[in-house]
Amino acid sequence: MENLIALLVAAPLLGAAVLLCGGRRLDAAGHWLGTLLAAASFVVAAVLFFGMLGRGAEDRALHQTLYTWVPVESFRADLAFQLDQLSMTFVLLITGVGTLIHVYSIGYMEHDERRRRFFGYLNLFLAAMLLLVLADNYLLLYFGWEGVGLASYLLIGFWQHKPSAATAAKKAFLVNRVGDIGLSIAIMLMFTTFGTFAFGPVLATADKASEGTLTAIGLMLLLAACGKSAQVPLQSWLGDAMEGPTPVSALIHAATMVTAGVYLITRSGAIFDAAPTAQTAVVTVGAVTLLFGAIVGCAKDDIKKALAGSTMSQIGYMVLAAGLGPIGYAFAIMHLVTHGFFKAGLFLGAGSVMHGMNDEVDMRKYGGLRAYMPVTFVTFGLGYLAIIGFPGLSGFWSKDKIIEAAFAKGGTEGWILGAVTLLGAGITAYYMTRVMIMTFFGEKRWQPAPDPHRAPDVEPAAADDGRHLAAGPVGSPAAEGPAGHPAGELPDPHESPRSMTVPMIVLAFGSVFAGGLFSINSAFVHWLEPVTRFEHGHPPVSAAVITTATLVVLLAGAGLAYAQYGRRPVPVTAPRGSLLTRAARRDLLQDDFNHVVLVRGGEHLTRSLVYVDHTLVDGVVNGTAASVGGLSGRLRKLQNGYARSYAVSMFGGTAVLIAATLLMRAV
Amino acid sequence: MSAWSGSALSAPGVHSLWTESAPGGTADAAAHGAASGAAHEAAHAVARMTLAAARPVERIPTPKIEYAQLAPVLIVLGAAVIAVLLEAFVPRRFRHYAQLFLTVVALAAAFAAVVGLAAGGHATTRAGIAAMGAVAVDGPALFLQGTILLASLVAVFTFAERRLDPADHGHRVDSFAAEAAAVPGSEQEKAAVRAGFTTTEVFPLALFAVAGMLVFPAANDLLTLFIALEVFSLPLYLLCAVARRKRLMSQEAAVKYFLLGAFSSAFLLFGIALLYGYAGSVSYGRIADVVDGSAAPVDPALASTMGNDALLLIGFALVLMGLLFKVGAVPFHMWTPDVYQGAPTPVTGFMAAATKVAAFGALLRLLYVVLPGLRWDWRPVMWGVAIVTMLAGAVVAITQTDIKRLLAYSSIAHAGFILAGVVAATPSGVSSVLFYLAAYSFVTIGAFAVVTLVRDAGGEATHLAKWAGLGRRSPLVAAVFGVFLLAFAGIPLTSGFTGKFAVFKAAAEGGAGVLVVVGVISSAIAAFFYIRVIVLMFFSEPQADGPTVAVPSPLTMTTIGVGVAVTLVLGLAPQYFLDLAGQAGVFVR
Repeated sequence: MENLIALLVAAPLLGAAVLLCGGRRLDAAGHWLGTLLAAASFVVAAVLFFGMLGRGAEDRALHQTLYTWVPVESFRADLAFQLDQLSMTFVLLITGVGTLIHVYSIGYMEHDERRRRFFGYLNLFLAAMLLLVLADNYLLLYFGWEGVGLASYLLIGFWQHKPSAATAAKKAFLVNRVGDIGLSIAIMLMFTTFGTFAFGPVLATADKASEGTLTAIGLMLLLAACGKSAQVPLQSWLGDAMEGPTPVSALIHAATMVTAGVYLITRSGAIFDAAPTAQTAVVTVGAVTLLFGAIVGCAKDDIKKALAGSTMSQIGYMVLAAGLGPIGYAFAIMHLVTHGFFKAGLFLGAGSVMHGMNDEVDMRKYGGLRAYMPVTFVTFGLGYLAIIGFPGLSGFWSKDKIIEAAFAKGGTEGWILGAVTLLGAGITAYYMTRVMIMTFFGEKRWQPAPDPHRAPDVEPAAADDGRHLAAGPVGSPAAEGPAGHPAGELPDPHESPRSMTVPMIVLAFGSVFAGGLFSINSAFVHWLEPVTRFEHGHPPVSAAVITTATLVVLLAGAGLAYAQYGRRPVPVTAPRGSLLTRAARRDLLQDDFNHVVLVRGGEHLTRSLVYVDHTLVDGVVNGTAASVGGLSGRLRKLQNGYARSYAVSMFGGTAVLIAATLLMRAV
Repeated sequence: MSAWSGSALSAPGVHSLWTESAPGGTADAAAHGAASGAAHEAAHAVARMTLAAARPVERIPTPKIEYAQLAPVLIVLGAAVIAVLLEAFVPRRFRHYAQLFLTVVALAAAFAAVVGLAAGGHATTRAGIAAMGAVAVDGPALFLQGTILLASLVAVFTFAERRLDPADHGHRVDSFAAEAAAVPGSEQEKAAVRAGFTTTEVFPLALFAVAGMLVFPAANDLLTLFIALEVFSLPLYLLCAVARRKRLMSQEAAVKYFLLGAFSSAFLLFGIALLYGYAGSVSYGRIADVVDGSAAPVDPALASTMGNDALLLIGFALVLMGLLFKVGAVPFHMWTPDVYQGAPTPVTGFMAAATKVAAFGALLRLLYVVLPGLRWDWRPVMWGVAIVTMLAGAVVAITQTDIKRLLAYSSIAHAGFILAGVVAATPSGVSSVLFYLAAYSFVTIGAFAVVTLVRDAGGEATHLAKWAGLGRRSPLVAAVFGVFLLAFAGIPLTSGFTGKFAVFKAAAEGGAGVLVVVGVISSAIAAFFYIRVIVLMFFSEPQADGPTVAVPSPLTMTTIGVGVAVTLVLGLAPQYFLDLAGQAGVFVR
């Protein structure tokens, strides 16, 4: 059974290799191959899952060691896999949602001439992500961590002809590097502290290390998690990452990769449990991000950016839960899985809307689409109900538990965290209702597609590159509008092809039922318990009161949104808005902050370093080079071409040789 | 012609030395048996008649020659003799093919013999001295012989290349003069070109040179060492003189090489005489015994000189100088750039690789077998030589403008790096040098083979300025040359890195940390000019009248392909070969 584990990674890896190296002759069949290999990985995952169910709770973890890379004394970097309940959960989510999104992309990317490459990158992502969650040591996890970073970079910038996409990819990459440094430092600290990278020994002996060390490791791991999961202060890349094709946003920047930080924290639970300071930092980050993302989500008119804010906020919930310790780990993962379903579904729905609307992303130019796209409307609607935590749907079960656990933290801290999570639930209801109403209800506010000829001073490619296409499939930057729509005409919204709607329907089922299924007899919690451990939290007020309070804020949030957007017409151009709105539109000034503090500061630092480099370092280096060159030119003259002077040099050399030998004896 | 007269000149030297040494050697043989009698046994073949006249017949022990163990040398020598006969009797138009066939078969057979000997345990458990003490058959000898044979094999392919130049008067031409004896520019030369003559003598000359090189690292007494030196040097002098293009330069190179080579031979020979005076024998083992005091001087005729340290030290320094000349160490390196530049490029590649292997082999054996007891006397001196060699080679290469001269200075710097491994004076020092030599020889032959491809109207375009933008015109050739340059520079994943790492590691473990520091600095300097060529090839605009890259026959392609393959294999998966060199690292005494 354990020999199958490598197959999970190998199938998509093979796909990536074949698709990326295969060249144009695979253009016709590449997307099928990619989808097939993703599905194959899912089938293997299912086989392993049922095999795991057949074993007792304690024997479920499987190990597979492929080989040891450079064993040097105590340094052992094993290419080894560990499949336990936590990994299994992720593997099913990654391969399952991944396969669905492969299917969706067949339709979504139909008109893109680089579709084969797109599927190659998707397969590469799957392989790296599976490696990340299957690794049995931190070093291999790091490899997968960097691998998903690479795939994310390649896919955000997939439409690299758009400067905005290229910049967004670069931004994501750079911000992630900051987090990656945290992970690499954490791994180094682990090696010096424990002498190994493997999960087993590190986590088993974590409490033996000093608390200071563990706090340092924990904070570094948190930094890594912040980078990958777009948590404050490293959140700035996620909104821009929406420049990537929508399936990418759904798979990587909503369902799977951005949750890697939650995986890392949960996996390293033993370290955080023994380092309360680091744990406090985790819940703080989670709570801040939860509100941050939600507020940003309220102000965005770009449907994908609104959803991105929502993703950030929901991951904030998970991080917060993971920071609560054993009372929260299982709920963090449960919310992660249900979020994987409904957020992927929402993104696919958004993609479907854009597909039908000339790749328009501005919700102010939508309206009344429910009649034109019934399947998208229903599946998106179910995702909407799930994310706001409508009773009975997936999000309700998982989010409610997190709110309870936050209260159960106890003390003032518990009250604060509980209040924040409650407030977050209210804001979630507000911004999601806003998205729903602006997109599917109200009057039509459709606008003609942008006319590239209207702006003769802009070259055609640049016109196509405008933000109106911010994330749509672009064939070639031809004179006609994107995806073959003639410029200047009103969009003609239509339901998307079957390959796109079927994945949406499947995900909608998950959005509706997954949470409920997981909660029957706390099945999910018990499933994860051997890995993450579980303690029952005891909130200061009864669970029923908390649930009621949640429903009240939910209704309040949704009601407010309805009052603002449902009962009044939505202006096509955004009103100026309050100070907070304007700040939230600018992502709460994250980029301004980064620019002033990091970019300016960095520029000053680099300028002074460059000055030192130019004057001091270059002075020394160039001086050395010049003197070596001068020496060379002078020595060269000794080589004058006359055999007689060569002979003299030999004679002199011999004399010196003899003298030196005799001298050595004399000394 | 002049080269042969050089051999005639040196013959009396051999003779007179032998006649002086004969009485001592024989008395020695009576006292100590065959081991000490090695000197005149080695000389036996050279001057049998004199010996017979000087000594009663019954006093001569019956020579015992282990033909099987000497098979690699005998095969190559036999083939060389046959090749001379082919030259005499085979019709001119078949000679090229007959010679090439014979040479390749002989070298391959000799290599098979080396492998057979190694497989039979002669490199390890059954290592011993053959031919009455004249030749050692042990790990280093077999490893180096194998390396020399393989390197010669691929080098000979470039000798036989006839597709690079356009056909001349309907005859395909190689890198060698139509008629070497014809005065450049004379009517005789033109007639030879018209008639389509070629200097197929290069094949027997190469075979003789290879035979000498095979004996050189295996020589176990000083006379065999000297004879082997002359046997491979004289053909090389001639080979340098027979370039088809730039003949005057080629002849000048040959004359310089010959003059300086004869000069260094004289030093070497004088050193041998002094060492004989010191130990009463030319056998390595015997000298070593006297050095460490385990053998007392007994010969009354030499009683006044034997055991005199001044003789030992001066003699040793002179012999050392002879070998350092051959490896191209500073300050005995000055012939290298001129000869490398002037010689026909296939010969340069062959010489740069095989000579270096043979000479370093001999140097290793001399230092490790004869002088282990003198380690602290010779090591500081060798340190100095290694340091100036590394630095001077790297520094002077920076201002070179000719690719062949550049590679010549590079070879000097590499000689310095190898010397750093030699002075380690540990078994890992020996094996690292063996590995380095194997790695370096294939890179060198490959690099010079690429040089033969880049041509303009005047033959090879060796001026660096002409190589600008080569990567745009011929990406493959430029990339291959880039691989060789990276290997020279010692960039990881190439054999150059593995070799350099091995010698520096050995040097550091052997207590020569200073050498490692200097070596790394020199490597950094050297990296500059290697990378500069890569930059020139790939990042400069091609010249309008730039050279063309000839499409070679499969022969040169094989040479270059083998070079690249060995470079990459030894860089990516060196462990097997490191182990092989490690097993072969023990000298027999």
